[in-house]
Amino acid sequence: MKIKSQKDFYSGLLYTLVGAAFAYGATSYNIGTGARMGPGYFPLLLGSILAIIGAIILFKSLVVETPTGDEVGSWAWKPLVFIIAGNLLFGVLLGGLPSIKLPGMGLIAAIYGTTLVVSMAGDKFKLQEVLILATVLSVMSYLAFIMLLKLQFPVWPTFISG
Amino acid sequence: MDLINNLSLGFGVAFTLQNLLYAFIGCLLGTLIGVLPGIGPVATIAMLLPATYALPPIAALIMLAGIYYGAQYGGSTTAILVNLPGESSSVVTVIDGYQMARKGRAGPALAAAGLGSFFAGCVGTLILAAFAAPLTEVAFKFGPAEYFSLMVLGLIGAVVLASGSLIKAVGMIVLGLLMGLIGTDVNSGVARYSFDIPELTDGIGFIVVAMGVFGYGEIIANLGQPEDKREVFTGKVKGLFPTGEDFRNMIPAVLRGTTIGSCLGILPGGGALLAAFAAYTIEKKTKLRPGEVPFGQGNIRGVAAPESANNAGSQTSFIPLLTLGIPPNAVMALMVGAMTIHNIQPGPQVMTSNPELFWGLIASMWLGNAMLIILNLPLIGMWIKLLTVPYRWLFPAIILFCAIGVYSTNNNTFDIWLVGFFGVVGYMFIKLGMEPAPLLLGFILGPMMEENLRRALLLSRGDWTVFVTRGLSASLLAAAVVLLIIVLLPSVKSKREEAFVEE
Repeated sequence: MKIKSQKDFYSGLLYTLVGAAFAYGATSYNIGTGARMGPGYFPLLLGSILAIIGAIILFKSLVVETPTGDEVGSWAWKPLVFIIAGNLLFGVLLGGLPSIKLPGMGLIAAIYGTTLVVSMAGDKFKLQEVLILATVLSVMSYLAFIMLLKLQFPVWPTFISG
Repeated sequence: MDLINNLSLGFGVAFTLQNLLYAFIGCLLGTLIGVLPGIGPVATIAMLLPATYALPPIAALIMLAGIYYGAQYGGSTTAILVNLPGESSSVVTVIDGYQMARKGRAGPALAAAGLGSFFAGCVGTLILAAFAAPLTEVAFKFGPAEYFSLMVLGLIGAVVLASGSLIKAVGMIVLGLLMGLIGTDVNSGVARYSFDIPELTDGIGFIVVAMGVFGYGEIIANLGQPEDKREVFTGKVKGLFPTGEDFRNMIPAVLRGTTIGSCLGILPGGGALLAAFAAYTIEKKTKLRPGEVPFGQGNIRGVAAPESANNAGSQTSFIPLLTLGIPPNAVMALMVGAMTIHNIQPGPQVMTSNPELFWGLIASMWLGNAMLIILNLPLIGMWIKLLTVPYRWLFPAIILFCAIGVYSTNNNTFDIWLVGFFGVVGYMFIKLGMEPAPLLLGFILGPMMEENLRRALLLSRGDWTVFVTRGLSASLLAAAVVLLIIVLLPSVKSKREEAFVEE
């Protein structure tokens, strides 16, 4: 059988799997009855509905003709990887990773690291420009979030500030 | 008169030098972020929420109102100047607004949008103030069955107006509802779907979902596009103010748009969007004055009417939120989340238990709107300049501010891992043509729906017919069914698909 709409096929598949997973997970909680709903009742209901919706979409995607085939198209791997990596790096640098005893480096280091990595997601990467951007962002963030809004951030590495 | 008393109470609370300053900052920040292409109001508000954390509730609400209006207006600005609708309700503004900009009349177009929105906002505020009290009375007659049915209606309303496939949008709602259930169940204390991760027992923060799906997802998708096709009209913007002729054309359009917007905005579901579409259609049907530019080629009425309808609609969409506590769209869902952070649970009890806050909020809505005019008309030139900032400088800054915002919500790095996950999910949604707005609405409503379903069935001893035997609940459900049928009618269906084809 040929897939008539790629987008619908994968979204239908996603709904079915996620719905089924939620419904299956719900069975490990107390379901209860309508009058005395347990914690599993509503998720089981919704999960089943989602799985059914997914199945309908899946069925349609295999049967109903579309003019273009609704192709998903290529994934933008480069922006995806660098943006998510930059985001994760922000967390690691800011708070450290206690599990591997990596100390937190604080906000300023996190800003530089994130800006550097995230910038690589774009088409042009000029190190000098990115460093200037990171400096500007660090100063702005310090002024706005630490001085003005007084948010609780570790600003400097923990081995300096203690 | 009650209305006047109430409003003066509200303005008394809102009108302090400090609060005016917060309204100003909120508007400034909201426009600043909202004007950036590719960032819709939802992402803007989510990003700026942390800025209000440290403030007392009233000041925070006022600043939020400023951010909200700023974000909306910023969205219109990008729509007009870059031909990029930041949100679905400015889709129609793009048609004539962009054409005006191409003819060097971006200034009058932006002014028309601003002035029209302001007028509509004033009317909307009055309607909100007038209807809030009687509707709150109605709200107290609502039992859990009615609340549940109302939420069903609201969710159906939201998907009917979402772009793209209807059934996929319904799926997004259900997915959102399910995600909203993650965390500790309030009744049994069972931590659902938490996989023994302590942070997940508190549930997923809505800011994390909003920023991941709307912020990160959209930026990744933007970067995936081939190098900028966007054109920005910077050189040609001259003559900010509309001419007398413009005003003569604009005023009736603004009046019509406001009327339509105020009526449709009350409906649960995307009232503002529907209003913008309806207003534009009506303008197109009215006769052109001699010498007027045809629609689609830069008619100022094509900007003024949908923008006022949109704003009047978003103003009156506060009515279901404030009186019933039910957010009618994704932006309002965010506002609910924001209010909860400041320990305000929107709903009928706010007005009786905390009238100062309630009326202060309504006054601050107006204030946010007024501030927008004061701020934006003189600063249009500056916003246009901002659009010329290269995207390669903007997106690292946006990502960074999202990450900082997410972290500052709970001071917990776990949220940063989670927002990364939702960024990937959000990008996947965009690639698969799944509209994310209904997801957010479902996410906020999930726990509320479960609670009301539970109570309704408890009272009826497990009898599901309670939803159709109680008059009010039955009519709400009937309305939802009618809405679905209308959309599924073949003639409407093709029109609806046509309307969203531009996106």
